[in-house]
Amino acid sequence: MHSGGEMEQETRWGRFRRSEAAQGYLMVGTPALYAILLLGAPLATIILYSFLTDGYLEIIRDFTFANYREAWTNELYRSVMLRSLWVAAAVTAVTVLLAFPVAYFVSFHVAPDRKSLWLFLITIPFWTSYLIRVFLWKVILGFNGVVNSGLMGLGIIDEPLTFILYNVNAVVITLAHAYAPFAILPIFVALEKIDRSLLEAGQDLGESKVMTFWRVTLPLAMPGVIASVLIVFIPTIGDYVTPALVGGPEGRMVANLIQLQYLKLDNYPLGSAIAVSAMSIVTVVSLIFLFLNRRFLRGPK
Amino acid sequence: MTVAAKPTMIEFRDVHKYYGDYHALRGITATIRAGEFFSLLGPSGCGKTTLLRTIAGFEEISSGAVMIDGRNMEGVPANKRPTNMVFQSYAIFPHLTVAENVGFGLRRARLPKEELTRRVGEALEMVGLRGLGARAAHALSGGQRQRVALARALILKPKVLLLDEPLSALDKKMREQMQVELIKLQRQVGITFILVTHDQEEALVMSDRIAVMFEGEIAQLADPETLYRRPTSRKVADFIGTMNFLSARILREDAQGIEVEAQGLGRMLLDASQAPGAASGTGTTAGFRPETATILFEGQKAEREAMGTIDEVVYFGDMTYYDVRLDGTEAPIRISMRNVFGRPVLDIGARARIAWSPGAVVLFR
Repeated sequence: MHSGGEMEQETRWGRFRRSEAAQGYLMVGTPALYAILLLGAPLATIILYSFLTDGYLEIIRDFTFANYREAWTNELYRSVMLRSLWVAAAVTAVTVLLAFPVAYFVSFHVAPDRKSLWLFLITIPFWTSYLIRVFLWKVILGFNGVVNSGLMGLGIIDEPLTFILYNVNAVVITLAHAYAPFAILPIFVALEKIDRSLLEAGQDLGESKVMTFWRVTLPLAMPGVIASVLIVFIPTIGDYVTPALVGGPEGRMVANLIQLQYLKLDNYPLGSAIAVSAMSIVTVVSLIFLFLNRRFLRGPK
Repeated sequence: MTVAAKPTMIEFRDVHKYYGDYHALRGITATIRAGEFFSLLGPSGCGKTTLLRTIAGFEEISSGAVMIDGRNMEGVPANKRPTNMVFQSYAIFPHLTVAENVGFGLRRARLPKEELTRRVGEALEMVGLRGLGARAAHALSGGQRQRVALARALILKPKVLLLDEPLSALDKKMREQMQVELIKLQRQVGITFILVTHDQEEALVMSDRIAVMFEGEIAQLADPETLYRRPTSRKVADFIGTMNFLSARILREDAQGIEVEAQGLGRMLLDASQAPGAASGTGTTAGFRPETATILFEGQKAEREAMGTIDEVVYFGDMTYYDVRLDGTEAPIRISMRNVFGRPVLDIGARARIAWSPGAVVLFR
């Protein structure tokens, strides 16, 4: 009887544990299901499509690599892909280079009780939607826009500048502005974590302020810089709205190309192959940066 | 070479420092000699770290002058000063290895690689970290980090090594061990060491001379023994060790000395050197250290005796601290007794005969 009671307790304990685990699964299950349905399933569909053959009005279920061959060898697709990479790299470089001084200023030269106010001010561009901000740049950079009418009013130029809108430059300017806060915050956090006595130590050991920055501040801020690079690079390479609105014909990027294949040309398999190719490239670039970050993170406190 | 014969390494000339309205350093005038182990001792907020940082070049002074080896340091940035510092947090660069940390300051010397490796190795050896050069800085213990900080500073052969509470983060055992190692190291390299500490025992153990600071001023600057035996003010006496204070009255002062009547002890004749401090205007007090008086056994006799009642007994193993209320006084005094073989620990409430000596008394007025 006694051992039976113990066994009963045992199973009840086991059941309790199982039910707790079940609760955990239940809690994870809902978002997991959501993620699978809305992320995994479409992704799987696109990957599947990319290996199928395009018929005229339907998709023929023939397995093929032809779409990938087309995506990687066709001059047009390749040039758009390269341009996307180049634009994303340029946007990332411009954004991070401009974000670093801002983050540095807020971290090192703003009084501690004012820092949150400054960060709040930095988020002001987010108060309007992304689309409206892109349109605003159209107004600023346009033929009769703020820049041109301003410069003409001042008599600096005689006719409107045309190289500032509907091309790659406009895409870079607009995207760099849109992603600036995303780049500032990780760098700011990395700079905040730097023990200020390390900078004094750098100077104490004979280095000037500039050299201390190069040898101490910058290496210690690198995890933040790399996080910024990833945060800016990944979304900009696939950006659709900005090139569509301010890029003009020569500013088209890969997302516009995919849209073209899907909605205008109705070529799902080729569109999917381009999309998967773009994702692979982003994955490779991200992995390279993650590896770099691991190197810089080798000495966490 | 005696300490007095050594040349001056650092000179403060009426140094003032303001942070806004706050007067952090109030006219510091002092000299630190070459090769000396000098300590700045005081409670937190007394300005000792600020004073150290004016030497390093991290704080600009508001007025006065800081001279290092005869050169006025005004306008000389930290990286151009012949000083190196061991920071309280050690400030070990987390992204570098131990060897890279130690060799950090040698970049500007542009040494060949073998020479650099050799000197880093020597520095590590000197602080007892041989073979740890390749280790990542974050994989070090507190004591090891401190040694890296020491090696990193000493490898540059500075004229002055500044130590900002370097031992405060270590546990007691480690701290005592490092105290001895630092003294040995200082003797070995012969560099002027300036230590900031709030630990009076640490300062007494390690220093050739100590400046005791309160509220931005140097209250007394002397060697450890003078500081302990002849403090110039009650504040210094209280900060360094324990001192008993009895209110007193000066009866006569002439060439023979000072005749004093202290409460509970009676009349005594003191030498003029036993009143080292200037008049403070807060009344006259006679003070003596707990170990300079003794509770007498039955049958023991002493030249000077006083009677009292034991108020409190604190047993420390090797020592017992007795709080004794002398007859005719209000506040108890403390007497420390070594627990030598055969001596019983007395009980609270017991009567005690106290032997004391006028030579141990310091007069504050």
